[in-house]
Amino acid sequence: MLALYHRDLTLGLRTGSGAMTGVLFFLAVIAVIPFGVGPDLDLLARIGPAVLWLGALLSSLLGLERLFQADREDGSLDLLLISDTRHMLAVTVFVKCLAHWTVSVLPLVIVAPLLGMFMNMPAEGIAVTTLTLLAGTPAITFIGAVGAALVVALPRGGLLISVLVLPLTIPVLIFGVAAGRAAVVENDPFLPPFLILAALALFFAVLGPAAAALALRSADD
Amino acid sequence: MPQVPEATELAVKGLAGERGGEVIFSEVSFSLAPGEALLVTGPNGSGKSTLLRILAGLLQPADGSVLFRNGGEAWPNLGAASHYLGHLNAMKPALSVEENLVFWQKFLGNALTSPLKALESVGLDGIGHIPFGYLSSGQKRRSAIARLLVSYRPVWLLDEPTAGLDRSSGMRLQELMRAHLGEGGFIVAATHLPLGLEGAREISMAASA
Repeated sequence: MLALYHRDLTLGLRTGSGAMTGVLFFLAVIAVIPFGVGPDLDLLARIGPAVLWLGALLSSLLGLERLFQADREDGSLDLLLISDTRHMLAVTVFVKCLAHWTVSVLPLVIVAPLLGMFMNMPAEGIAVTTLTLLAGTPAITFIGAVGAALVVALPRGGLLISVLVLPLTIPVLIFGVAAGRAAVVENDPFLPPFLILAALALFFAVLGPAAAALALRSADD
Repeated sequence: MPQVPEATELAVKGLAGERGGEVIFSEVSFSLAPGEALLVTGPNGSGKSTLLRILAGLLQPADGSVLFRNGGEAWPNLGAASHYLGHLNAMKPALSVEENLVFWQKFLGNALTSPLKALESVGLDGIGHIPFGYLSSGQKRRSAIARLLVSYRPVWLLDEPTAGLDRSSGMRLQELMRAHLGEGGFIVAATHLPLGLEGAREISMAASA
């Protein structure tokens, strides 16, 4: 299993495009917001956590299409499927998700503080929002894996994944933004929404890979 | 050298396969004992690949059963006991040949020969460091065959194993297959070229109407 994580990590870093595209898209989304909203610095600071979350959500959907498709195209997926008795397929999917998150989504979390400054967010707000992104984005990857598994056989499934996955990520978005807002708006609680966010991430870490494994197994019929 | 118990048997009864809702073959039955090989022949579209995918457990049979008897705890079903070499080579173009093989050895377990030795036995010594994507199609096929050697599986399911191989590589593959059978392995190969295995049984898939 460690070997699979290591392989996917190496592949992600060597082909390299995934992480960069995501980060640049994230940058582009955040950079145009102030132009659209106008030069109201207080307003920007207040909507900062929400904008960062939306940007991260959309950017993290970008590379999902390739999660299983690359393995299907070169035949690796067949071997991962028949190794089911050795390595439970759901665990294999879980490991692939982790590798995908490390390569494609973690860079988004890392650049988030920089982009937070674009939104005139206070230092505390930036720190808190980054923390919520760190806790919440794995949930998006795990939900996204289900979408990626469902469209694995389709030639242009990228957009379909977004359509399938976005509605399911709404709870993650709500609690992620709610926890982030605690730092920029007074009297908003931080801990309850943050704990629910962490719970959602753990919940989808179990449900997502199991559902994706089921979808992958029936993809070939 | 790992071996399977002598009582092990690969038994297929009344198997039917379908593709896109249409039954393309039915009533396929055979059984193999350790050291036996089966060649699946037939024209394009007769269901050779589908048969192999069903054996590997990648597709559900429309009817009939596939059993791997007395495999013990190590090989509970045919999929777990099989190396599957399909049309695709299951190697990553961005990784070097050796990295690919090291990965599969770790992932599949039951390490048998080292990746370098395996490459040597398919005649690819000295190119382990080259990215897989740079190889010619025959070399790609040979490195995929090397994958069969890095981890032990009693059953080899081979789909057109000689595709893209030159004459001497074909001979080398024959030797590897003979050695595998000699150790009590099973081989089911779909092919329309003779593989030169003495005593191999053969079933012919009828062309679909």
